[in-house]
Amino acid sequence: MSKINITEIEKVAKLSRIELDANELDKITEEFESILDFVEIIEKADTKGVEPTSQVTGLSDVWRDDVVVRSEIEPKDLISAAPEIQDGYIKVKKVL
Amino acid sequence: MENMNYLSITRAHNLLKMKKITATALVKFYLDKIKQENPKLKAVISITEKSALEKAKKVDAKIAKGEEIGILEGIPYTAKEMFMTKGETTTASSKILKDYKSPYSATVIKKLDEEGAILIAKVNQDEFAHGGSTENSAYHPTHNPWDLERVPGGSSGGSAAAVAADFGIFSLGTDTGGSIRQPSAYCGVTGLKPSYGAVSRYGVISMASSFDCIGPIARSAEDAEIVFEVIAGLDSKDSTTVDYEFANGGDVKAIYYEVGNIIDSNVKENKFPGIDISTIESVDDLGITNESLAAYYILVPSEISSNLERYDGIRYGSRSDKAGSLNDTYSKTRGEFFGPEVKRRNMIGTYALSAGYYDAYYKKAMQVRTIMKNKVDDILKMHDVILLPTTIDPAFKIGAKSDPIEMYKTDILTVFANLAGVPSISIPFGFDESTGLPMGLQIIGKQGDDKKILEIAKTIQSKTVYQEKIKEIKL
Repeated sequence: MSKINITEIEKVAKLSRIELDANELDKITEEFESILDFVEIIEKADTKGVEPTSQVTGLSDVWRDDVVVRSEIEPKDLISAAPEIQDGYIKVKKVL
Repeated sequence: MENMNYLSITRAHNLLKMKKITATALVKFYLDKIKQENPKLKAVISITEKSALEKAKKVDAKIAKGEEIGILEGIPYTAKEMFMTKGETTTASSKILKDYKSPYSATVIKKLDEEGAILIAKVNQDEFAHGGSTENSAYHPTHNPWDLERVPGGSSGGSAAAVAADFGIFSLGTDTGGSIRQPSAYCGVTGLKPSYGAVSRYGVISMASSFDCIGPIARSAEDAEIVFEVIAGLDSKDSTTVDYEFANGGDVKAIYYEVGNIIDSNVKENKFPGIDISTIESVDDLGITNESLAAYYILVPSEISSNLERYDGIRYGSRSDKAGSLNDTYSKTRGEFFGPEVKRRNMIGTYALSAGYYDAYYKKAMQVRTIMKNKVDDILKMHDVILLPTTIDPAFKIGAKSDPIEMYKTDILTVFANLAGVPSISIPFGFDESTGLPMGLQIIGKQGDDKKILEIAKTIQSKTVYQEKIKEIKL
């Protein structure tokens, strides 16, 4: 049984902001199918009333004192990591 | 000239203290070795020669003045490409971060710096740690020092290969589903995945935040423990760090799960003081490996798809020059610079989290995680530790597992420790009968029992010689 078709994969690629060529789309559709088959085993697990686990530390609401701590990171080092900069700003394509 | 091959931390420390060697000589010894042998092994991505020699000089000056030095002072080490190291490149072995210079250092790197340990090289991995063989590196695969036609495992394959080939005394790796332990097993070295939250993740490139653990890969449990004690602890910059009270030692009762490889017979043949391994069951009775693996391969890609959103071609790394609009910049950059496995995992995660599939995949997998964690915790209520092999098979040949699912299955015995957040250490415990390649044994303890499993590993290593055979490696 086919779980997923190429139109759905195109949609997922778009949501993921990953451009794929035709070959990649075909290949990934096939691989998706086998990965979904592979993880299918969890469908059988009886999870009625089971709380989902999203973390394992048991910590909640970890606070710190509300004081300003100066970062050791230089803003110019962060900006200069961008692929295109101008006058100390990050340059991007037109938004609108 | 003193022999500097395969030094332990303590031995190197003593030689430095007794002025039999200098830190500069030790750093140069490793850098020369890397320059000579790395073309065969391809474990190293970049060397940090200038800063390493500067640091060594400072240590030597201290020793010359007769000052005391700490146990890690002057000790050369390597770190996986996931670790931010200020002023040096950090690529996660991805093209999307090619030439990216870290503006700051990870907490663990800072801690090691403060103790005087010397970073000599950044080492290879699967791209963004997605993989189990280091073949997914966007730069080149790494070879296994025991057999250059084979993989070193992954994703911390560069780290494990570097430690086995004696490119430095220890290395730092990351483990999301087995990425410290599996390559350690394949390369015949010792690798610790600490309890979740025991070591700060600040400044380490994120893969799956509720699973990622940072730990040492070394040539003995003793060395791994020295490093762990320095890097562990609360960090205000990582609010998921936990202040574990690490309990020590004592006699332990273990349960061993056999899988049908050489580790089974070696466990049965050996006796270790204070460690009772009389309870032996089949891994099928453990009954959690398949479900854990399936849940893992839903949850981890989901977290990946969120964590990797930041690679957008705007703030750092590479940017496609073919883009016409802002939206194009994102999708063309990611399409051009992400490798196949990274694309696959991002998309699987996006799919599992998208409307209509969330309950069937993501939520269901989180519930299965609860069931798996409860099962592991229950077993660890009846037994102090779980023992089982790290992998079923030894290192495979480069190119042998081109199907992603086959690659995922190499994590079958390791992922459940990450689902449950419990600590696990892999130690060399035998050699595969047909290939002669090293195989590993995992020791898994309760959350916070990191010191206990290290103690057990040390006891075992004091009675066995499996960890010594790497010294015979000739590249």
